[in-house]
Amino acid sequence: MNKISDDISKDLKDQPKFTTDIGEKDQDHHSFDLGEQTTLKKIQHFLHGNPTIVPVIILILSVIAFGFIAGGKFFSAFNLSLIVQQVTIVGILAAAQTLIILTAGIDLSVAAMMVLASVFMGKLSVEMGIPTLPAILVGMISGVATGAFNGLLVTRLRLPPFIVTLGTWNIFFALVIFFTGSQSIRSSDIEVNAPLLHFWGERINLGGFVFTYGAFLMIGIFIFLWFLLNRTAWGRHVYAIGDDKEAAELSGIRTDRMLVSIYAVAGFVVAIGAWVSIGRVGSVSPTSFYEGNLDSITAVVIGGTSLFGGRGTIIGSLFGALIVGVFSSGLSIAGLDVLWQRFALGCLIIVAVGIDQWIRKVSN
Amino acid sequence: MDPVLVAKKLSKKYGKVVALDNADLELYPGEVLGVIGDNGAGKSTLIKALCGAVIPDSGEIQLDGNKVSFTSPIEARKLGIETVYQNLALSPALSITDNMFLGREIRQKGFMGKFLKFLDQKAMAEEARKRLSDLGLLTIQNINQLVETLSGGQRQGVAVARATSFGTKVVIMDEPTAALGVKESRRVLELIGEVRARGIPIILISHNMPHVFEVADRIHVHRLGTRLCVIDPKKYEMSDAVAFMTGAKEPPLN
Repeated sequence: MNKISDDISKDLKDQPKFTTDIGEKDQDHHSFDLGEQTTLKKIQHFLHGNPTIVPVIILILSVIAFGFIAGGKFFSAFNLSLIVQQVTIVGILAAAQTLIILTAGIDLSVAAMMVLASVFMGKLSVEMGIPTLPAILVGMISGVATGAFNGLLVTRLRLPPFIVTLGTWNIFFALVIFFTGSQSIRSSDIEVNAPLLHFWGERINLGGFVFTYGAFLMIGIFIFLWFLLNRTAWGRHVYAIGDDKEAAELSGIRTDRMLVSIYAVAGFVVAIGAWVSIGRVGSVSPTSFYEGNLDSITAVVIGGTSLFGGRGTIIGSLFGALIVGVFSSGLSIAGLDVLWQRFALGCLIIVAVGIDQWIRKVSN
Repeated sequence: MDPVLVAKKLSKKYGKVVALDNADLELYPGEVLGVIGDNGAGKSTLIKALCGAVIPDSGEIQLDGNKVSFTSPIEARKLGIETVYQNLALSPALSITDNMFLGREIRQKGFMGKFLKFLDQKAMAEEARKRLSDLGLLTIQNINQLVETLSGGQRQGVAVARATSFGTKVVIMDEPTAALGVKESRRVLELIGEVRARGIPIILISHNMPHVFEVADRIHVHRLGTRLCVIDPKKYEMSDAVAFMTGAKEPPLN
């Protein structure tokens, strides 16, 4: 990368000014291409090579901006750590969503999958008297199974992931209502019968910063997935499938099997999110996180992962989730109505996708 | 000398359309066999049958004298038949190393590799660099460069290096110069020479007569779903080949 940009800047210096000495210059088409290299182009190339930079810059700018707008309250240790707490669930869902979007898919059912898994955990341990750990295990299995179910539909029926997960979103949601009869499992009942379900909601105070265990778990999930994606063959295959599925198949990757495993891993991550969500909310409510699907997609997109697959980083999604958190917190501390939070978020999504499209043009 | 790869009486029908009609082909050790034919002559079906992308209705394929059959390009590749597709089948967003080892990654030794499945990125990068420099592709400086930052010819180089790296017996190249400029085509033709010099026989499918005549040792002319004739590029002109291909001239008797 550096080599190239060095070459480019050297070439730029060598470029003839106007048309005076063009005659003796090397006129093959390569130098013609480089002649059009502008500062903007260089930025484009740089961002293309470092896709996480955009969300990092947006995060830093938004923190600074809200520091000015909302004042010291925003910068308090309590508020900053509250933002992290608030994005924990969406962050975990975004981690799962990133895996799917990297394959050029999309998963509209992640939040419904999560609520279904949390219903199994709560129902079995609180109402049916099953020990908490096996109940959690059943919830985990539910997450993996529902994820793999999505993957099987996508690969076996050759349906677009959008349609498959639009369908399963409704199916999972209906199952949630069926199993709960629209009744929440109350926080106090969980505390008495299955306190372990609240584990990730425990708080720890580090010099004014208050973090839940769940926030640390979220960070752990991101680090784990980073290693998985960047240091294992499985991870490289996730990118290869999203980049060009046919090429991946011809390279010897069993793309269908891979896709099912990717959806299943995403389901597993979602199921971890289910456990964490019980700690975060306190109760198990069948109607909670109804917007979690779209929030997770928002975080992934703002985090610089391309909806067209093959491009993006898992850490970007963490920044994406934090950006959403910073915006909501900053705007509400500044006293703006909730509608403006949504308005800002909408603009952010469009800007993020616009930047992504622009950066992608480099490869052509 | 026995041929490395033999196709005998391959036939393939798509509904009423006969794509392959008892087609034969022989590839001898260390040679470049050019395959030419008009559009719709069935040469791409022939090549797909040889690389596993199409399963012929009848006929047989022999590799090193043994009858083989495969139902996918992956199986053909396991037997040593590598194909460089026209679209190259590379993942542009991955690095050169990643692409060369896609589906055949090297894992780290010991616990890290066996249980955590960690990749041995150093070993793969070294191997990839070695393969590329073996083929005279030293111009690629950074082995971890993304493939999309490479030129068309360099990408072709990566695809060829990948195809010749894993115990390969036969390389099939489908229109390797079709998307390239003059300079880059030249480089790819040199590359074909390098691969042949290493003793790997090549089947070269191309529409570009000058390129075929330049590098091929023998030229297989395909017409109406079968082999019309095999000609020696030193004894015939390009115009003859075109005449055979289109039926304007009677083919020589082999």
